[in-house]
This record gives sequence, C-alpha cells and structure tokens, in this order.
Amino acid sequence: MRGIAHARWAAGVIAAGLLATGCGDSGGFGGAGVLTSSWGDPQNPLEPANTNEVQGGKVLDMIFRGLKKYDPRTGKAQNWLAASIDTGDSRNFTIKVKDGWTFSNGEKVTARSFVDAWNYGASLRNNQKNAYFFAYIDGYDKVHPDSGTQTADTLSGLRVTGPDTFTVRLNQKFSSFPDTLGYAAFAPLPRAFFTDHAAWLKKPVGNGPYRIESYTRGSAMNLRKWAGYPGPDKAQNAGVTLLVYTDSNTAYTDVLAGNLDLVDDVPSTQLKNVETDLNGRYINTPAGILQTLAFPYYDPKWDTPGATKVRTGLSMAINRRQITETIFRGTRTPATDWTSPVLGAAGGYKPGLCGHACDYDPAQAKKLIQEGGGIPGGQLKITYNADTGSHKQWVDAVCNSINNTLGNDKACVGNPVGTFADFRNQIGQHKMTGPFRAGWQMDYPLIQNFLQPLYYTGASSNDGKWSNSRFDRLVDRANAETGQAAAVRLFQQAEEVVRDNMAAIPLWYQNGSAGYASRLSHVALNPFSVPVYNEIRVG
Amino acid sequence: MGRYVARRLLQMIPVFIGSTLLIFLMVNVMGDPIAGLCGERACDPATAAQLKREFGLDKPLWQQYLTYMGNVFTGDFGTAFNGQPVTELMATAFPVTIRLTIVAILFEIVVGVTLGVLTGMRRGRPVDTGVLLSTLVVISVPTFVTGLLLQLLLGIKWQWISPSVRYGSFDELIVPGLVLASVSLAYVTRLTRTSIAENKRADYVRTAIAKGLPRRRVVVRHLLRNSLIPVVTFIGADIGALMGGAIVTERIFNIHGVGFQLYQGILRQNTQTVVGFVTVLVLVFLVANLLVDLLYAVLDPRIRYA
Repeated sequence: MRGIAHARWAAGVIAAGLLATGCGDSGGFGGAGVLTSSWGDPQNPLEPANTNEVQGGKVLDMIFRGLKKYDPRTGKAQNWLAASIDTGDSRNFTIKVKDGWTFSNGEKVTARSFVDAWNYGASLRNNQKNAYFFAYIDGYDKVHPDSGTQTADTLSGLRVTGPDTFTVRLNQKFSSFPDTLGYAAFAPLPRAFFTDHAAWLKKPVGNGPYRIESYTRGSAMNLRKWAGYPGPDKAQNAGVTLLVYTDSNTAYTDVLAGNLDLVDDVPSTQLKNVETDLNGRYINTPAGILQTLAFPYYDPKWDTPGATKVRTGLSMAINRRQITETIFRGTRTPATDWTSPVLGAAGGYKPGLCGHACDYDPAQAKKLIQEGGGIPGGQLKITYNADTGSHKQWVDAVCNSINNTLGNDKACVGNPVGTFADFRNQIGQHKMTGPFRAGWQMDYPLIQNFLQPLYYTGASSNDGKWSNSRFDRLVDRANAETGQAAAVRLFQQAEEVVRDNMAAIPLWYQNGSAGYASRLSHVALNPFSVPVYNEIRVG
Repeated sequence: MGRYVARRLLQMIPVFIGSTLLIFLMVNVMGDPIAGLCGERACDPATAAQLKREFGLDKPLWQQYLTYMGNVFTGDFGTAFNGQPVTELMATAFPVTIRLTIVAILFEIVVGVTLGVLTGMRRGRPVDTGVLLSTLVVISVPTFVTGLLLQLLLGIKWQWISPSVRYGSFDELIVPGLVLASVSLAYVTRLTRTSIAENKRADYVRTAIAKGLPRRRVVVRHLLRNSLIPVVTFIGADIGALMGGAIVTERIFNIHGVGFQLYQGILRQNTQTVVGFVTVLVLVFLVANLLVDLLYAVLDPRIRYA
C-alpha cells in the first residue's frame, strides 16, 4: 500500500517538472539578422595551430585574419594584415604588418603578435598538431626535435625588428612561403592567449570580423558581428550561431523544417532529392579535396616495375564517370591530374595531365595488369574506414569496376576498418598490404601542397613511403624558383613523375555542398568547403 | 532488509571492478587513439609521443588502469581529447539522457500497463487482437525506422514538433521518448496482458469478488498488484538499457546525451570518455537492479529479505 502511495507522489513531481522545464528553458538562438548554421564538435582545443579539421576551421575562419587571406572565389592569396612581404633570395623574408589592426579586445596587432603565436605553435611542449607548418623556419629542429626534449623555446629564424616588422629566415629556399601564410596556423594571437590560456580557450579572442559572445562546449557557439573590425570584409549579418548536430541528416531535416538556416554538409543519401527539397537553395562547388588510392611501397611486392604497370592498369579499370554520377550525384568530378580545379590554371591545375592513364579503358587495363604480372598477392584489398562518409559505397563500386574489367569476381574486395583512428593507426604502423583510401584536403591553395607533403621522400603525409629522387629534385628546384610560373612548371614536371610511376591513383575531385533556408542570400563556399559567413545576408 | 541491502551493495564492488576492467581492455584493443587526432595525415612523431606521455598512454596497461581507478575514486574521470574534463561532459549529457529515460519509462508504465490491463481483461476480443497485432508491428520495426518516420511526418510534413531537440527539455523529448520506449512499451503491454489474464482466474481474485468488493478495487489493488512483478523486473532492467542504448534515438533527434557522447567517444577512440560513461552506466544498472529487487517486497508481502 505504501508503495503505491509513493508512486503517486513521484508521478506528481515528475509532472510538475515537465511543466516547469517546458516553458523555462528557451533562451533565444538566432534572432534578427543572426543565422544558425550546423556544426560538429571540434576534435581539438580551438587553438589556431592545433586545429586541423573543418569544424574548428570554421570558427577560426570567422574570428581570425592572418597576414594573407585566400580569396573565397579564386583561392588566390592576397595581402591582408601584411603591408608587404619582401625577399631577395626566397629564404630571408621581411614582413611588415599593417597599422590599424586590433584584436576584438582592443589590443593592437603587432609583429610580436605573430612571432609569439608562431613560436607557441612550433614548440613541442604545447602539443600543437599543426606544428609541422613551421618546419620550414630556421631553428625548428631545436624547438621541435623528432625525439628527445627541445633545446630552445623560440625559433631562431624569427626576429622582431620593430613594432610592425619582423624577419623570417627559412632553413631552405621556399619561394611560395608567403602564400602559405593565409593558413589558420599562422594567425596572430593576443597576449591574453599566453597570460590566461584557460580563459582564452573557454572564449577565444581574435581579430576577425566576428567575436565570440558565448561558447557552450559540445553544443553551441554564438558569434556576433564585431562592429570595430577594421578590415574590408566586414560581416554582412548580425552574427552566426553554430549548433552542434549529432548527425548531418538531422541538420538537413532541420533546414527543411525551417529550424536551421544553413547546413554545410548535405548527407549523400539526400543528394538525389536536395534540388527539389530546397527549391534550388543548394550549392555544390569545387573544394580543394582530392581522393586517391595510395599504395604501400614498404611492401616490396608493390615496389617493382611490374607493379607500376599494374597500378596504371588499375587506374584505367576504374569507371570514374559512372561512380561519380551514380553514387555521388555530381558532387565529385573524375580526376585527371593530382591537384584540384580550385588552384586554377595559373596555380598549377592542369586537367588531362594524367592522360590516358586516367581514362576508363577496360581492354588496355586488363592487358597492362597481365603484363605487370597480375595483382600482387593475387587479390586487391582496398582498405578504408567505414565510420564516416560513404566510403563503403565507392570502394565497392571501384572493386566492382575492377572485377568486371578482369572478369573475376574476387579480384578486388573492400577491407573496412571500424574507426578512422584505427585506420590511421594501421597506416602509421605500415600494416597495409594493398591500396588504401587517401583523401587530401589542401591546407593552402598551392600546387606544392598537393605534391610535396604526399610524395616527397619522408614527407609528413607520404603514408605509402613512396620515394623517387627525380621527383624530389624537381620539387627542390621548384621551391627555389622565384617566379610563380616557372615554379608551377617544375611542379607539373614533378607531377608527371608521379603519373609515370602511378604513385597514387587519382579518383575524383571533391566538391563542397550546402543547403540553406529561404531567408539567406549570397551563400557561397570557399575552396576549403567552409561557408563564407561574412558575406551571407539574412532576410 | 538492511543487511540484505548491505550485502547487495558489497556484491556490487567486484562487479564494478570487473566490468570497468573489461571495458578498459576492450577500448585499448581498438588501438592507438592518438593516430586519429591528426586528420588524414600522420601525427609528427614528437607530438604523438608527447601526447601519449601526457595522457599516460606510454605506461603499461595495468598501470594505466590502476591510475585511472585511483583517479575515479577521487572524482576525476580524466580529460577528453578536446581538453574538456569528462566530468563536465557527464554533467551536460546525463541530465538530458535521464530526462529522456524518464519520458520513456513513463510511456512504458502509463501506456504499456494500461494497454496490458485492457487487453488482459478482454482476452480474445477485438481490442485484444488489435493491440496484440500493433505491438507485433512495433516490435518488428527497428527503432531508427520509427524515429525517422515520426520525425519526417510530425516534424516536416505536419510541423507539429521540431524535428530536432535543441535544449533537451521535457516537452522536446516527448516524441523521442516515445520512439525510444516503443519496443519496450510493446513488451510491457504483452507481459502485463499475459500476467493479468493468468491471475484473473486465481482464487484470491474470486475471493475478492465474492467479498463484494467493487470491480475497480479488485482489478487495481488485487489483480494488478500481483501481476506487476514480471513487469517491474522488465522495466527495472530496461532503465539501464534505455540510458546506454539510446545511441540511435539520440542521433536521429540531435539529443546531446549519453548515447551521443559514447558514439563520439568510440569514433574518436577517446578511452577516457568511453570508460567514464560506461562506468557510470554500470553503476546505474546495478542500482536499478537493486531497486527492482526491493520493489518485489513492496508488491508481494510474502517476499521477505533478510
């Protein structure tokens, strides 16, 4: 009897709670002129040199401006906070910072703001995941040795020479170094970052067109237009509210229901109906992302002249056009070189550089694979991570294409790995026995970024450990070249070496996609597939 | 009674240690968590080594486990890779999931038991057949289908609700709670129905009717109370399952609760998050089971604990 009385009482309390929370909890997101946008929880703390994925990058793009900025349409690097970047020898640079820029807390942006930030980013003890961006600067091996403890706190190649000027000395010639400075890792940092780091992380302060009003880790960030922003790219809306979604499908559903203004990752399952769902409010533009199949050259079976023929044959066995049209619905374009269309012809993109090796030609493909001694190990296993994206679908399609070409149902199979972390882990431990999925999202729109980190001997992302002295020499010469046109020509020659050896099979260029509500206009994606928030108009 | 509770609490200790150790080992089998932190590229070896040292991943496994358990007893569940303490994640995730579980359990109790009594009393009638058939449908349709369907219909087609949860308040959680409860609800209905139908013919019910008690009183006080024991067992065990197993529902409706944190933790191989959340879930499960056992005594006075 007592039990039942208790239950009644409990039910009453719960009912009261239902009523109380029902009307109490709705603080306003959005509001006049403020747009809401889908977001994912950034994987790392929001420090400029520690953010290497697009969700954190979105925020940095709004609250920071660096020495250079990449034009959201052309990808071209333009001076932004830099008044000038001068060099005589492609190795020693003198950088002058423009006057009149401040952080949103009022502090002036000086040469020191940059030098301190770069030293912080390079220093081993700060665990910054983008530290290797500073590897070209003299003294990097002292502050960030490959093993052991660091013997210096600051980069010897950086020197503040005046309130607004500093010099950079590189450890090798690198003519396009100034054009890399638009990357978020090179952003300036205010003193507050160093003096009260914990507070800064709770609510980052930068010098971009937006300032952070509030940040609830893991669920939402309210960014407001910074009225005092001195730059020409002022925010055209009152602010942006980023909302963390558990799933991009849910975010998409919310846009359909009018609950959310912008979703910048349209799930692949919705691609076939997105045009009608959103009444044309859908954009699909090239991004600096190239998907390839990389090979394990640490496995001697793949490092033979015959294997080169096999790889070329495999490339010709893949019906790229059919896969991009049926699976990706035009959000990918068949690749015909190893860069990306966003570079533009002047930047080094050369459609057709791959030539016949990237055309679908089953007869020739079969012939080449047989001439090369068949698939090493008898069966091709394409390793990929099954937790994100639609990797399974396209890997199965690629295998299907190869199997049809060879007339053998078991010639190629997918080899899924449960999580991305484990996938990276197995790659890092050289456990691959066949091709594996390799996606490359550019850090800055330069042809150098599509080649050197991936194919240079011992480079940071050369996961297959490919090595070719001719390629290395050409890259070195290109980096030493002062004129852009000449440098690009040399990089393209290096790219031809990649082609002739089929070091990696280029699959397709990836687009960025976004859908938006009818109250937004001027929505665009930049070459990094991040929405150009400051240009969006609301209402 | 007091001694019984004390004994049960003591029994929890080995269960707790064993289960956390198992989880700890399982998460570690997944491999090196640092590898996934640097995006598509390999972390540079120096930074990777430094991170490992900081998270204690360079120590042998048994030492990691001991340190972890030592910290847990002082209330420190470690830090997630984004620099957020796991306790902070718990403080935001558990309230939402607990609200969701309350809504789901309420649905199970109110709707499930009511339907069960209704059908149990009218066995073989059209109501009974109708409800039985619909529970069969609910059980056989996977949760994500029900969830996406309701989201599409109620959220977009008819615009009755918002298709996603934003604040995690009770009113937003009604539909997700219903989706989460749906399968269990069907089981509760069937359990109650069978139990009622069986006990309806029992001697004590006939006695109660013969005494001239009003029908309502016979059903609620005598029949229902005796028929609820299997149902209570089921619901008690379900509390733990609902809290940890809401991954699908939470993803569909954008609920930032325990299921979402676990899902994200597993994807990112975040040992600290996964072990921490599962540890708390284990505790919830153990306590819920104890409460169920104690409830037996309330429902059936013949059961005594000593």
